[in-house]
Amino acid sequence: MGSMTEQTTASPAGFGGMQARSAEALNTQARISVRNLDFFYGTNKALKSINLDLPDRQVTGMIGPSGCGKSTLLRVLNRMYSLYPGQRAEGEVLMDGRNMIDASVDLNELRSKVGMVFQKPTPFPMTIYDNIAFGIKLHEKLAKSELDDRVEWALSRAAIWGEVKDRLQSSAMGLSGGQQQRLCIARSIAVRPEVMLFDEPTSALDPISTLKIEELIDELKRDFTICIVTHNMQQAARCADQVAFFYLGELVEVAPAAQLFTAPREKRTQEYITGRFG
Amino acid sequence: MSTTTLSPLSKARNESAARSLGRRRKFVDSAVKWLCLAATVAGLFFLASIMGTLLWRGLESLSLNTLLTEFKPTSYGEDTAQAGGLRHAIIGSLIQTAIGTVIGTPIGLLVGTYLAEYARGSAFGNAVRFVSDVLLSAPSILIGLFIYQLVVLPMGGFSGIAGALALAIIVIPVVVRTTEDMLQLIPNTLREAVIGLGAPKWKMITLVCYKAAASGILTGILLAVARIAGETAPLLLTSFGNNVTSLDLSSAMASLPIAIYQQANSGFPDLIRIAWSGALLVTLGVLAINIIARAVLRGRH
Repeated sequence: MGSMTEQTTASPAGFGGMQARSAEALNTQARISVRNLDFFYGTNKALKSINLDLPDRQVTGMIGPSGCGKSTLLRVLNRMYSLYPGQRAEGEVLMDGRNMIDASVDLNELRSKVGMVFQKPTPFPMTIYDNIAFGIKLHEKLAKSELDDRVEWALSRAAIWGEVKDRLQSSAMGLSGGQQQRLCIARSIAVRPEVMLFDEPTSALDPISTLKIEELIDELKRDFTICIVTHNMQQAARCADQVAFFYLGELVEVAPAAQLFTAPREKRTQEYITGRFG
Repeated sequence: MSTTTLSPLSKARNESAARSLGRRRKFVDSAVKWLCLAATVAGLFFLASIMGTLLWRGLESLSLNTLLTEFKPTSYGEDTAQAGGLRHAIIGSLIQTAIGTVIGTPIGLLVGTYLAEYARGSAFGNAVRFVSDVLLSAPSILIGLFIYQLVVLPMGGFSGIAGALALAIIVIPVVVRTTEDMLQLIPNTLREAVIGLGAPKWKMITLVCYKAAASGILTGILLAVARIAGETAPLLLTSFGNNVTSLDLSSAMASLPIAIYQQANSGFPDLIRIAWSGALLVTLGVLAINIIARAVLRGRH
């Protein structure tokens, strides 16, 4: 609560670094466009008529209280919900002119284009090298040397190469939590997706590891369109170009980060970011 | 709020009530502890008594001769050193246990995988799980009868393969249960992480889930081996037993539990001594498998 009040009293200058960003956020093309999306857990409607553009090579932050639907939307974008019978989406998630929630979509191909990093690090029970190579081998047949190069590239992009290059053949389970999370990011990057989804990627990590992941996200947006769900509003303010505020399954407001946190249009946004509910 | 209105008297009464409540709690606490301890000591006593008798009686006539020679008819008064051994039964047990495991394990593994990965919460899955659990605790003589009808009668006689099949049926529900349990322990986020990379479900199961559950599943298989190595009833009606060493799966085959059963009932003192040795061998084998299973389980990251 205290930190949220602090945020409101902070002057717009506190978010000054984002002014330049927000200007460009308005102009870029949408990589994914969500149109009139409804989502159901059985008969329970969890998302109500969502319309949202994810601008190409920008970071979209999604905030809102628990159960507001932000993670649900993230799981629609890579069709993770399709694993579970009883969950269904209606509407459009447009990517390259196709509706990705259509039944005919090849889910494995979609997921190779839309990678995901989870709240808790999820290293596979195998070596560090095999963790990274796993995803690559699913989609491409590479010669050993090419595979080695790709693994090194992915680990480097995820800023963990230096820490693991001498122990690629040891188990990934032996890494620290922060290292495991960067390994998971590297594993997603290695498949060379276009979009990366982060579902509260730092909520299980210490502040130093959190900082590293945030810097990494900032670096990665040069090449990837990024969508990050977070409970931490400072994190959204630090990482995101545009921020979407969800409440009770509705998208209340989406705006450039600086604008949303300093001059929200909606009363509900104002109340949430100042800590009056949620 | 009400504490402000308490008089010194009621406070004192509360304190004495609290003291007596505390005494009662302490008493119940120690009573439960001593009951648990007493039950443990009783259990240990019986176990130690069985193991002690088995070691004492079993080692008495356990020798290289027991392992390397087969059954030899004896009569009263004959020299004990001339008595036969258990080679036929050891070999028969190894063969039938191995074949039973090899047949039962893949079926159990796949059924367990189906229950954990494909049929979670489905009515059919629940029915399969229920039937498997019933089979797990079914009297094993019934399984012997089942194979007797299905294999022994059509084949026209007892056979090693019938014994192995009966053992395989016992293996299946054990492996089903452990496989399902071990796969259920894997957090769903790990599955989603694999799927999220664009992996088809079968690769998720075979390349990641099996790996994550490997030590637990292996432990289950070893426990199933230990279980069938000591089974007697299902073999009585299937492989029947044999007094000579036989590698022929289409004819009756010896096994340690049956040899123990037959020789212990024979009335001849040296045959009974051999039966004790057989019992010791089975117990040591099962013990070894259990120790390996524990080591495997502990060895996981």
